[in-house]
Amino acid sequence: MTDRARSERRLGWLLCAPAAIAMLAVTAYPIGYAFVLSLQRVDLRFPEESGFVGFDNYSAVLSSDLWWTDLFNTIFLSVISVSIELCLGMAIALVMHRAIFGRGVVRTSVLIPYGIVTVVAAFSWQFAFAPDTGFVNQLPLIADDKDWFGERFSAFSVIIMAEVWKTTPFMALLLLAGLTTIDDGLYSAAKVDGASAWQRFTRITLPLMKPAILVALLFRTLDAFRIFDTIFIMTGGAQDTQSVSILGYQQLISRLNLGLGSAVSVLIFLCVLVIAVIFVKGLGARQPESGRA
Amino acid sequence: MRGRRRVRLASVACVAAIAAALVSGCGGDDSEGTSLKWFIAIQPGGSIQEVAETCSRQSGGRYDIELELLPTDASQQREQLVRRLGAEDSSIDLIGMDVVWTAEFANAGWIREWSGRDASEVKRGVFPPVVETASFEGKLYGAPFNSNTQLLWYRKDLVPKPPETWDEMVRMAEKIGPGNGGQIQVQADRYEGFTVWANAMIESAGTQVLSGPETVDLAPAPTEKALASMGLMANSSAAAPNLTTSDEDTARLGFEAGAAFMVNYTFAFGSAKENAPKIAKNMGAARFPGITPGLESKPPLGGFNLGVSAFSEKADLAFEAAKCLTAPAQQLTVTELDGLAPARSGLYDTPQVKKAFPGFANLVRESIETAGPRPVTPAYQDVSLAIQSALHPPTKIDPDDPEPVYDELKDKVEQGVNREGLL
Repeated sequence: MTDRARSERRLGWLLCAPAAIAMLAVTAYPIGYAFVLSLQRVDLRFPEESGFVGFDNYSAVLSSDLWWTDLFNTIFLSVISVSIELCLGMAIALVMHRAIFGRGVVRTSVLIPYGIVTVVAAFSWQFAFAPDTGFVNQLPLIADDKDWFGERFSAFSVIIMAEVWKTTPFMALLLLAGLTTIDDGLYSAAKVDGASAWQRFTRITLPLMKPAILVALLFRTLDAFRIFDTIFIMTGGAQDTQSVSILGYQQLISRLNLGLGSAVSVLIFLCVLVIAVIFVKGLGARQPESGRA
Repeated sequence: MRGRRRVRLASVACVAAIAAALVSGCGGDDSEGTSLKWFIAIQPGGSIQEVAETCSRQSGGRYDIELELLPTDASQQREQLVRRLGAEDSSIDLIGMDVVWTAEFANAGWIREWSGRDASEVKRGVFPPVVETASFEGKLYGAPFNSNTQLLWYRKDLVPKPPETWDEMVRMAEKIGPGNGGQIQVQADRYEGFTVWANAMIESAGTQVLSGPETVDLAPAPTEKALASMGLMANSSAAAPNLTTSDEDTARLGFEAGAAFMVNYTFAFGSAKENAPKIAKNMGAARFPGITPGLESKPPLGGFNLGVSAFSEKADLAFEAAKCLTAPAQQLTVTELDGLAPARSGLYDTPQVKKAFPGFANLVRESIETAGPRPVTPAYQDVSLAIQSALHPPTKIDPDDPEPVYDELKDKVEQGVNREGLL
């Protein structure tokens, strides 16, 4: 390597260093600290009882029915809501892509739900479905006194609906970005060859959009797995609708049991890591730009 | 080029704004050193502001009470406070503590003990159960500010004589029929209000959740009786359709819409008078129903006590301010403006209290005097979560066989006081 190349490389490292240090400080340090806490007995209310307990907190979490119920709830919510979002998002992306006039207006208005704070959206839907003050029970075919949040299945459906309503636009935008990268010439050529609209969609659009779809799915799944606000507002975790994030919140913030709570957080982190690995390694999700490989 | 310059200007403005916010955030300390920060839940009638102003004025400039108003939800108030106290935040001087926080805060060393003449002054004439809520291990940690209790509210046009027990009430409501208002409104969402209800039921049956900070009581026979009554109510036609998501507010709405029975705090009366005058005209108040005929009920107890933060640098002034804020005159202001029950029993014969509780001032006094407070333990939060997770939803309790739920309750509460495992 020449001197010049070496000094350029050193400059490169130096230029990256601030960003790398900032990342370490704001992500690696808290994660490391949470891991250290998870190996200890720490309860802010009982400061004198602190001490190292090894993996006791993890065994307490993993041997609890509550963890497994909540993990199931979280996975169930993520899978259902992300699947619905993908289908709806794809439809909206196609519409936005084909919109001839008012493109800007269409794209902006579709984004409105995503711009609303999750807590506010959750409250709005909760009020809408409340049996005493909401409008949903006034609709035809719905019992006037239906208590949507009083039972697991109906509570889940409202939670999923609110999630889908709010995050479909995000999905649609990511998919739209993928759509715009497809060369229109391919469609014209296919048309000349007599391909139907459905064939063009399954043979051209979907395969060429695979990277974009996988990235969109990855982002949304990771997001959906950490679901907190909507459940917290709507049911507070009652009727067995609790997610793992709410479980962590209860240990950390309500009980101030930092040891147990950190163990839950670390486990959530591991789950998220597993999801990311499955998507990236297993399904080959890559940023569309790095499609060279 | 112009575009880029604009971006640069905008980013400079952003940085400047953030820096300004940081500087002002850090430098917010009052140089005079006479300002006292009081963290307490907001009250809609403005009584908190009023008493803070009165006491600041009366201090003759020695202190000035600055308010940090917390949300109305008890769990959220606590979460905001414990995060600060856990971090030894010295900016808190006075704390408006919900009656169930005393043991937790005192045990963690977050609040100071009241002793000597100060203690006897703030305890004078205060209901014994209220003093108990402000004490931990025989020491006083809070000055009772206001009290609160639940009554049985009923519609006099549907119910000639109020029921004495829950089972009797269920029978009455079923007889009236769900279409005609035969409904009982309670608080049975999975939140602190559910613990309040369950605890009152268990206490009324003649036992208690804990007999000491770390000892579970829950005598089997009376506890199962209490659980059976909860299950009977929850599974009867008298239960509201939104039973398992009901709170103080949905209960009041249900009553104002025509339900025959409701257990709720005293605010419900003022609310009905304003929102449903027709209902309010026939609104009767009675003692919280019991479990066993002949055995007096032990109604729920709420309210706030004032604690002085262990991390306050102006503790002497804070004690003085707390004495002023809890003095009889200030308690009456709170009753007048917000309809909250005073913590001192002697005040119930004053015109202010009689006006706030027309015709039921004595009932409120009796109810507080004989109330069954929630468990006193530093692990209160865990115990409350344990009760909720064992008993919610109450529809799962089989009134003819409450034993399985009893076993679960006992297990969970044990786990709660020992602070073990997930809750």
